[in-house]
Amino acid sequence: MRDFDYAVPRDVAGAIDTVARAAGALFIAGGTGLVDLMKLEVQNPTTLVDVNRLPLSEIRETEGGALRIGAMARNTAVAYHPLVRERYPLLSQAVLAGASAQLRNMATVGGNLMQRTRCTYFRDVHEACNKRTPGSGCAAADGYHRMHAILGTSEHCIATHPSDMCVALLCFDTVVEVQGSEATRRIPLEHFHVLPGDTPHLETVVRHDELITAIEIPRPSGNRLSSYRKIRDRASYEFALVSVAASLTTDGKTIRDARIAFGGVATKPWRAHGVEKVLNGAEPNIETWRAAAEASITGAAPRRHNRFKVELLKRTLIRTLVELTGVER
Amino acid sequence: MQSKISLKVNGVLHHLDVESRVTLLDALREQLHLTGTKKGCDHGQCGACTVHVNGQRINSCLTFAVMHQGDEITTIEGLAANGHLHPVQAAFIECDAFQCGYCTPGQIMSAVALLGDPDAGLRTNDDIRESMSGNICRCGAYPNIVAAIKLAQSKGA
Repeated sequence: MRDFDYAVPRDVAGAIDTVARAAGALFIAGGTGLVDLMKLEVQNPTTLVDVNRLPLSEIRETEGGALRIGAMARNTAVAYHPLVRERYPLLSQAVLAGASAQLRNMATVGGNLMQRTRCTYFRDVHEACNKRTPGSGCAAADGYHRMHAILGTSEHCIATHPSDMCVALLCFDTVVEVQGSEATRRIPLEHFHVLPGDTPHLETVVRHDELITAIEIPRPSGNRLSSYRKIRDRASYEFALVSVAASLTTDGKTIRDARIAFGGVATKPWRAHGVEKVLNGAEPNIETWRAAAEASITGAAPRRHNRFKVELLKRTLIRTLVELTGVER
Repeated sequence: MQSKISLKVNGVLHHLDVESRVTLLDALREQLHLTGTKKGCDHGQCGACTVHVNGQRINSCLTFAVMHQGDEITTIEGLAANGHLHPVQAAFIECDAFQCGYCTPGQIMSAVALLGDPDAGLRTNDDIRESMSGNICRCGAYPNIVAAIKLAQSKGA
């Protein structure tokens, strides 16, 4: 690992100012992603600004009834918070499906939003990777890409976004609050991550001098059914091959306000609007589930080793909907 | 960048001169010579480096020593008190919960944290296995590790 300058800012403004002044500076929160990538020399910051002591870990209800989670709240604190368990069980489930207890004690909400892909070619500095070294090519395209994305890919990048948390958060119209040198912005989570296109090194809309300070999650309406289902190579402590977050309401005759998102299959946390369109207003039955499954793979671009994800995604979605509604036929 | 820092480990304050890039794991092992904490994968994938920071288990390989001034750090060397093994250590011996022993300090630190965690809600073997999934054992001593944790739990550890 290359050496770097280490700074402990006095406050949020000081942290932003220090990073703004050095092009090679980065914020460090839980470190579970960044320290690993620094060891691999995939990321080589010249300065680390430690935001761990900043007062950004509060979890509370806003006056409008939304849940506000500070960017430095640890995954464990989020998953077990009484308000999260009661009103957003989908979020609690998704967070607990990720990583290990040790990592969840370190990892933060802000860090989870900013986490990098687990693509093995991205993590190996001897391989071509447009995300790590723009213009160098994509070794995954013709390499071993079993874990890679089938949705949202481009000829320049097929890396999967690894988050479980973000997939659940997409079902709630979550807003990300970022503070910069000049202004504070509120970014809908769906517009926070960007598709790789021909610039896969750009993963979010966050600018160099901006720090995530909090997320806000509106209170879900109605009597919702929700579930997070994660399929992986081992039962625990593994990234998703496919994951489905689903949240909807139904009176038994009609489905309303369905929110569906996928992990493990796309280049960013994937809100499945096409699936929602099929579900909303439809009767809960196996024909609807099958139509939803077909809609889930619209635009999918599978390759040699990850072709199985097409069928796995469809089956995982149907299984999730069956379990949620109890309707099998 | 070289920094002078103070780390409180197992109740004792140590003054160190470290580069920013030194992980907590390396500071514990190479500078404080607390070699009970093991380096397995060094990438947060095996759990051999598990220590407690302010009572919570973490992977010491994925954090820098300079980030832990003022924290209460506990390593495997800090568990025994007054010459008596911690109940979880004793249970690991009683249940033969290890073979080569390399992952054992991490397993024990993880188990101690989980038994002290009201949110863990341990009821079944599956709960224990899920909560211990961040600690890999290459020898496959898992059944006896689960047994040791249940034994320690039954003794109120």
